[in-house]
Amino acid sequence: MNFSISLTINGARRNVELDDPRTTLLDLLRERLDLTGTKKGCDRGQCGACTVIVDGRRINSCLALALSLDGADVRTIEGVAQAGRLHPVQEAFIAHDGLQCGFCTPGQIMSAIGLIQEGQAGDDPERVREGMSGNLCRCGAYQGITAAVLTAQKALAAASRKEVA
Amino acid sequence: MNTFDYVRPATIRDAVAAAAEPGAAYLAAGTNLLDLMKGGISAPTRLVDVTHLPGLDRIEDLPDGSVRIGALVRNADLAYHGDFARRFPAIAEALLSGASGQLRNAATVGGNLLQRTRCPYFYDPASACNKRNPGAGCDARGGDNRLHAILGWSESCIATHPSDFCVALVALDAVVEVEGRAARREIPLETFHRLPGDTPDRETMLEPGEMIVAVRLPAAAARFAAHARYLKVRERTSYAFAVVSAAAALRREADVIVEARLALGGVAMKPWRAREAEQILAGAPANLSLFRRAAAAGLAAAKPSGDNTYKIELAQGVVVRALTLAAAGTPERMPALPGSPFAASSGVRTHA
Amino acid sequence: MPDIALTRAPAHVRHGSNIGQPLTRRDGVLKVTGAAKYAADQHPAGMLHAVLAVSSIARGRVAFLDVAAAKAHPGVVEVITPANRPTLAQDPDEKSDPFMFRLDLLQSDRVRYANQPIAVVIAETLEAATEGAAQLAPRYEVEPARVGLDAAESFVPPAVGVGNPAQVTRGDVEAGLAASTRKTAETYETPAQFHNPMEPHAIVAAWDGDTLSIDTPSQGLAVAQARLAGLFGIPPDNIHIRSPFLGGGFGCKGFISGPQILGAIAARAVGRPVKLVLRREQMFGPVGHRAPTRQTLRLGADQDGNLLALDHHTKTISSTFDDFFEPASDASHTLYGSAAIVTSHEAVRGDIGTPLFMRAPGEATGSVALESAIDEMAQACGMDPLAFRLKNYAEVEPISGRPFSSKALRECYRQGAERFGWARRPLAPRRMRDADGLLVGWGVGTATFPALMFAGNAKAVLRRDGSGVMEIGAHDMGQGAWTALAQIAADALGLDIDQLEFRSGTSDLPDAGIAGGSAHTATAGMAIHNAGADVIARLANLATNDQRSPLFGAGNAGVIARDGRLLRRDDESRSERYADILGRAGLAQIEGHGTGAADAAAQADYAMHAHGAVFAEVKVDPDLGQMRATRVVGAFAAGRIINPRMVQSQLQGGMIWGVSFALHEQAVIDPRSGRPMNANLAEYHIPVNADVPSLEAILVEERDPHVNALGIKGVGEIGITGTAGAVANAVWHATGIRVRKFPITIDRLIEPR
Repeated sequence: MNFSISLTINGARRNVELDDPRTTLLDLLRERLDLTGTKKGCDRGQCGACTVIVDGRRINSCLALALSLDGADVRTIEGVAQAGRLHPVQEAFIAHDGLQCGFCTPGQIMSAIGLIQEGQAGDDPERVREGMSGNLCRCGAYQGITAAVLTAQKALAAASRKEVA
Repeated sequence: MNTFDYVRPATIRDAVAAAAEPGAAYLAAGTNLLDLMKGGISAPTRLVDVTHLPGLDRIEDLPDGSVRIGALVRNADLAYHGDFARRFPAIAEALLSGASGQLRNAATVGGNLLQRTRCPYFYDPASACNKRNPGAGCDARGGDNRLHAILGWSESCIATHPSDFCVALVALDAVVEVEGRAARREIPLETFHRLPGDTPDRETMLEPGEMIVAVRLPAAAARFAAHARYLKVRERTSYAFAVVSAAAALRREADVIVEARLALGGVAMKPWRAREAEQILAGAPANLSLFRRAAAAGLAAAKPSGDNTYKIELAQGVVVRALTLAAAGTPERMPALPGSPFAASSGVRTHA
Repeated sequence: MPDIALTRAPAHVRHGSNIGQPLTRRDGVLKVTGAAKYAADQHPAGMLHAVLAVSSIARGRVAFLDVAAAKAHPGVVEVITPANRPTLAQDPDEKSDPFMFRLDLLQSDRVRYANQPIAVVIAETLEAATEGAAQLAPRYEVEPARVGLDAAESFVPPAVGVGNPAQVTRGDVEAGLAASTRKTAETYETPAQFHNPMEPHAIVAAWDGDTLSIDTPSQGLAVAQARLAGLFGIPPDNIHIRSPFLGGGFGCKGFISGPQILGAIAARAVGRPVKLVLRREQMFGPVGHRAPTRQTLRLGADQDGNLLALDHHTKTISSTFDDFFEPASDASHTLYGSAAIVTSHEAVRGDIGTPLFMRAPGEATGSVALESAIDEMAQACGMDPLAFRLKNYAEVEPISGRPFSSKALRECYRQGAERFGWARRPLAPRRMRDADGLLVGWGVGTATFPALMFAGNAKAVLRRDGSGVMEIGAHDMGQGAWTALAQIAADALGLDIDQLEFRSGTSDLPDAGIAGGSAHTATAGMAIHNAGADVIARLANLATNDQRSPLFGAGNAGVIARDGRLLRRDDESRSERYADILGRAGLAQIEGHGTGAADAAAQADYAMHAHGAVFAEVKVDPDLGQMRATRVVGAFAAGRIINPRMVQSQLQGGMIWGVSFALHEQAVIDPRSGRPMNANLAEYHIPVNADVPSLEAILVEERDPHVNALGIKGVGEIGITGTAGAVANAVWHATGIRVRKFPITIDRLIEPR
């Protein structure tokens, strides 16, 4: 059975023909749309490597059925840097060495962007740590990750204050 | 994953009709269902996608003072709803102690109630499990069962219910609103989940095709806002299921407890409402010795189902601490580590 | 003391500024934008998906696979089972060297462990291949599984770890114990652990005649190439492996695994490129793990707290069909100055996948037991655990009597203790609480790891335009090789790092040795260093023999290479650019080669280890038993630090592994079926971000003239050692309860009560 869905991916509207109802958003991105930046670490919603932002919220794409996302707005790691300029979260991850092997990194970054947008953790390191605990890092880059999120949060908060002013 | 039919009904009635067929399952966010399907534990041949049904994602104040939470409200949205979290802080704290930010953003209220046990033998198709396969046996007995039930278990099944949200809801007498082929009906959450008995495969009171449309908190549930906490003991600081948890809610006048609500998680196949403990607490002055008596009463019927004798003492400790935390008062701000023994600055000394 | 050659041609000295700089990760932009391609990200045209079916029993045979049902699933193209697996040139069970581990490549229907591959399903889509594998619905003839350390009769293995003797003795331990005022004897148990890198093993394989091109994560490109060549009966040069990025290794990607090879077999069978990716549960069996151990330590000390005897015995387990024995007892060879030491191992065989090197193999496992035992003896002697360790500080390597090549451990203890605030620690346990009434405990552990080197080669090129190229088949699994090695290369070529093209990560480049044993920076770094020296020497010869060069005749005095110029050492005003030297010689480029290898003579004369001191604070809820490692400070001395930023990250990562070892990770194996019951990332607990709120690594300065010319020791694994023990000791200090079974979980803390 074929299904036709419409997704906005990184700002671009796409019509997607799904030949298999079982396809998750993760496998749609990676295996059919050649957007391999999002990684599969466990496929069971237990590691966060597959985190993307759907309709403004960070979710595990491995547990999202593509079919049920008709009309959704999807943001992946490929859409984060704009016109060759890194996002403050990306810059902060590099500056604080919040990555080692890099496999969990796209998920960490999408999760961080989502966390900052949720606006609950603010500049409290403990809340940031808790909020980022859905992204496992076996290399153990947590110190750098937390520092990166705090730095980026500050930069983004300052930027939005500037906008408002 | 097996292949399946996918339908997206426009109305609740259509949804119920589609789901009443054998082999059908409701799909909300899918954070539990898809996991079960990938693991080969569930294999529905039809998925009934309810995520676009209208009117099920609201949090409504009803004229009688109760609050109705639509079944499609996301866990995160409920926990971060300012007004709801102020009135029902233990529920908000329970929600925020569960899963991860990503999962809470997707998972729905209805899905949380219907999530399946995480018993490793249930999750392993190669193991014998009476829940998956009635009569097959229970490999958890005599196996890795250090995290299994100490209350309400049977020879057929020693699994536990993994939800934090449900524990707090049960403490506050939540009611489940259900739509089926017949008229809408209501089931108290406390009886919604079934203990295993001889039929561990029958987990809830739902009839085939019935759909949860809402969870309602009675007006009385809002009386505990000043003294309501959720406490969750687990083997990691975050992103782990409870070993034992408790929701404790009190109404105090000076140092006397007027009314107490207490439910335990991680100890049985349903949240365990500790009414004997509540009775001991009611009308008594709040102090450690009272809390210990209440804990002892609450766990009096507890029995190890395997290598989990420690859970009985642990559960007593969780009850005492949850009551202590509740008695001290709901913190003004949600702790950075919701439900955690390490949620600092509670102002409560854990030990003299 | 032997002469150590600092460079190949001592007259040519490098004055680089790249080494030592805390450059940010050079592959950082690729990784943070999702542009870094890992194996499973590749999609060659015509590619099919392969999924493994694995055994749910630990021992027996596969009696039936429903191949017809699998093939009937829409999209399934082929099913490979032992019945139709294409012939290999070599028996997967052949073992012509100790590190040629036996593989499960569908050579028979026999099952030797749970999650052993038993079939490969190939399909047009991943969904079809996955469900096709499930449709096989295997039926088994089950035999009783032999599970755990008491599963069978034990024996003394012929060798342990990398080929060390199972038993080593120095002095007379029984006499030492007899003479001791205080004696302790305790048994510690560590569980099975699985590497669980975030990237599951994956392979994209494509054949072109007898040429095989693969994308797969590898810590050992050349070894993988050789193994594949043997199995497929083709020349190694026919095999091209690309591994520019690995999503973590920790030892499980050091040797090419059965599942990866099955992907290549599948590609050959269907004549199209195939991608095979392991599912997370399939990471628990066929790609190695750390075996459980039961370690008994007997210590004896005199009335002043001097160790007189140290007996460290380990019991461990290997598979029924191959040998790897976790060398935990060897941890007692190098740290504490006991007059008499005996270390021994015994093993059983069980129905498990063959264990493998897993981050600090033997060192981590032995360390948690040794550091706990040392603490227990310190307690028996009424001494502060740090003071006890200092009392028994070894000035020469205890087991061999050799001097250390360098050992800044005292400074590590001092700096770490000061940073941590150790001086305020009460001696007795259960004496500290925080403002919320949580129990607080402080523990210390000593970290140590051998400074190993393997053998590697590099090729250096200087080009007419003044830029340089360094080629080496090295590996970056997150440790920062692409940055640190490029820094070494830039210095070796006397260039700014941006003038250098650093090529690595494929088997088409010179063999750099396995990225393991914390040896890669030293091995590859020295190969690069020597290749640079070689090409600079050749360039220098062109100049010093050319009358037209300002460097003419400088041969004896030597030249210096810096910033793309050669300068006379005795008169730096006389210099010229590489570009000009090459231009005048009419050369487009000039090449050099270099090898990095251990200096056998130096290794014989000196004990070479990196060291550290780790201090941990653990908070424990007094009634609920939940624990949290709230502060960990580690001070490490590892010789020359190429990039302090990368090294900090490695040490912190290692310390998190140590916290995990002490408090979190364990594979739970059902004693009846032999199946791991927590083969997933929800229940196999590695720390989450909130588990490690405060972690600090201090780099203690240390110069080692003996380990290699660059003075590099390696830091990938040392972080675990010392940390697991420090955390365990902190739990005791917080609670007064000594748990000797790891990980220390709530039930193990509560149970004794």
